[in-house]
Amino acid sequence: MRSDKQSRTPMGLKIAAGAGLAFLHLPILLIFLYAFTTEDKSYQFPPPGLTLKWFAVTWNRPDVWEALGLSVRVASISTVVALVLGTLCAAAISQTRFFGREAISLLVILPIALPGIITGISLRSAFNLAEIPFSFWTIVLGHATFCVVVVYNNAVARFRRVSGSLIEASMDLGADGFQTFRHVILPNIGTALLAGGMLAFALSFDEVIVTTFTAGQQATLPIWMLEELVRPRQRPVTNVVAMVVVLVTFLPILAAYYLTRDGDQISGQGK
Amino acid sequence: MPYAVSFQQVSRHFGSVRAVDAVDLEIEAGEFFAMLGPSGSGKTTCLRLIAGFEQPTSGHIEIFGETAEGVPPYRRNVNTVFQDYALFPHLNVADNVAYGLMIRGVGKAERTREAEAALEMVKLPGYGARKPGQLSGGQRQRVALARALVNKPKVLLLDEPLGALDLKLREQMQEELKVLQKALGITFVFVTHDQGEALSMADRIAVFNEGRIMQTGTPEEIYRRPKTRFVADFVGSSNVLSPQLTERLAGVAEWSSLRPEDIRLGSEGGHEASVTGTSFLGSATRLSLDVTGEKISVLLPSGARVPEQGESVRFSWDTSALHLMGPQA
Repeated sequence: MRSDKQSRTPMGLKIAAGAGLAFLHLPILLIFLYAFTTEDKSYQFPPPGLTLKWFAVTWNRPDVWEALGLSVRVASISTVVALVLGTLCAAAISQTRFFGREAISLLVILPIALPGIITGISLRSAFNLAEIPFSFWTIVLGHATFCVVVVYNNAVARFRRVSGSLIEASMDLGADGFQTFRHVILPNIGTALLAGGMLAFALSFDEVIVTTFTAGQQATLPIWMLEELVRPRQRPVTNVVAMVVVLVTFLPILAAYYLTRDGDQISGQGK
Repeated sequence: MPYAVSFQQVSRHFGSVRAVDAVDLEIEAGEFFAMLGPSGSGKTTCLRLIAGFEQPTSGHIEIFGETAEGVPPYRRNVNTVFQDYALFPHLNVADNVAYGLMIRGVGKAERTREAEAALEMVKLPGYGARKPGQLSGGQRQRVALARALVNKPKVLLLDEPLGALDLKLREQMQEELKVLQKALGITFVFVTHDQGEALSMADRIAVFNEGRIMQTGTPEEIYRRPKTRFVADFVGSSNVLSPQLTERLAGVAEWSSLRPEDIRLGSEGGHEASVTGTSFLGSATRLSLDVTGEKISVLLPSGARVPEQGESVRFSWDTSALHLMGPQA
């Protein structure tokens, strides 16, 4: 049997797979490595020495804290907006039948399929036309466009599993709409919302393209990093911040994966 | 004493489909009432009208004398056992049963006690900690029943509750439901497409077809004296004889019904027919006869001699067995 599980994988294939994974992940490890280097002018390999002093330097740089704070606030508020709108939209699409339902479903998902640069340019010109000054809130709005999709995609899949008769059963047993939402719907879609919310947070936290177009003078953390790379002051500081970004975005995605592993796949990681 | 449920000219239309069409219905308090009919006959829509999941397009519904139109399901003293049971997957059995009490604000200790009592009533004591996913179909059904009954509804609605169970379990549940209903004295309204189930359980039956009630009566009446061809055929597959054949056999030009088990085969007297098919049913044998082009089936008790296919036989019946339904049935 050719498809026998016992048959050995050819050595060449193993090496190719290993090389592919190394290509994907070694650069990330290099970023981590340079966070500890003693040399701050160029990325010299191997680093002449290792030190932890850049962590202290980073800690004392107010511009890092400012950018980090802005990113956390933008990501949090975008996520909250996405949770509310995405859940409402998913409920409407999955629980009711109305004219134009498919079209709305498509329109909601579209922003994640659109290249970020298109979203960014169109939002920028829309803000200009409406003479809305660029601010914290324009960034939030830009991020919410794709965050809503992530929450919606996760919630809609779970909503489909909450059969209509569960809601009817709850009403039949005396619960009004709000009680039904609190006691039946929320517990059943809770983990999907949590997963969707974490993904939305992670997406917003490291977003660059849409942010460039919708931000005024503010720099979110990714934008700050971009600027640092062009005009570095203390180069390894950027690497330290990079490590933090990886941790802050990776942990929620990992958590989201484990939370929904038994149920639906997480939609929207590809953004 | 007002009726438990009364429908006055109730219609429910979905677009151009008349799911329920000008139905008049009276269900007595404390009775076990079955709504029987093929799928799409409007019986389930009637049940949903009583529960409050549907609102009538026109007509008037009363539940224990109170107007029901416009009253949402959560303000009706009516509970439902759903066809798919609709147990909450995130709650354990005890919390499922206690759900209605929790919503009404009953304290935790009393809730637990009442839920356990309800589980005992449906013969599932000690199952409270399990999740619905860990139960068999029959057990889930009992939980759904307990969850509805714990609220002490005035009317309990059952939507094909035994449909998903295997035959043996179904027969056992039929009996238990009947005992439970008599003990509690609650009005049960039971939807089914299984005529055997309706006949064996209900005090009265309404036979539905195409959104209308064809006949309402006791199982005996429905079975022995069907008013229309549809009822005669649907309830226990009676032989429906055309006016022509009835005239030849009994001298009256009306539609009539003749139950397969009321027909006897003999060697002399009666009428002649030829055997076109036989099928063995276990406790009996079903015989198909051809009588001048019309098909009649006969149920032979086991032990009787089964004639060969193509054999010519003579058949007869007691005069009272032939039920006339009028020229237009």
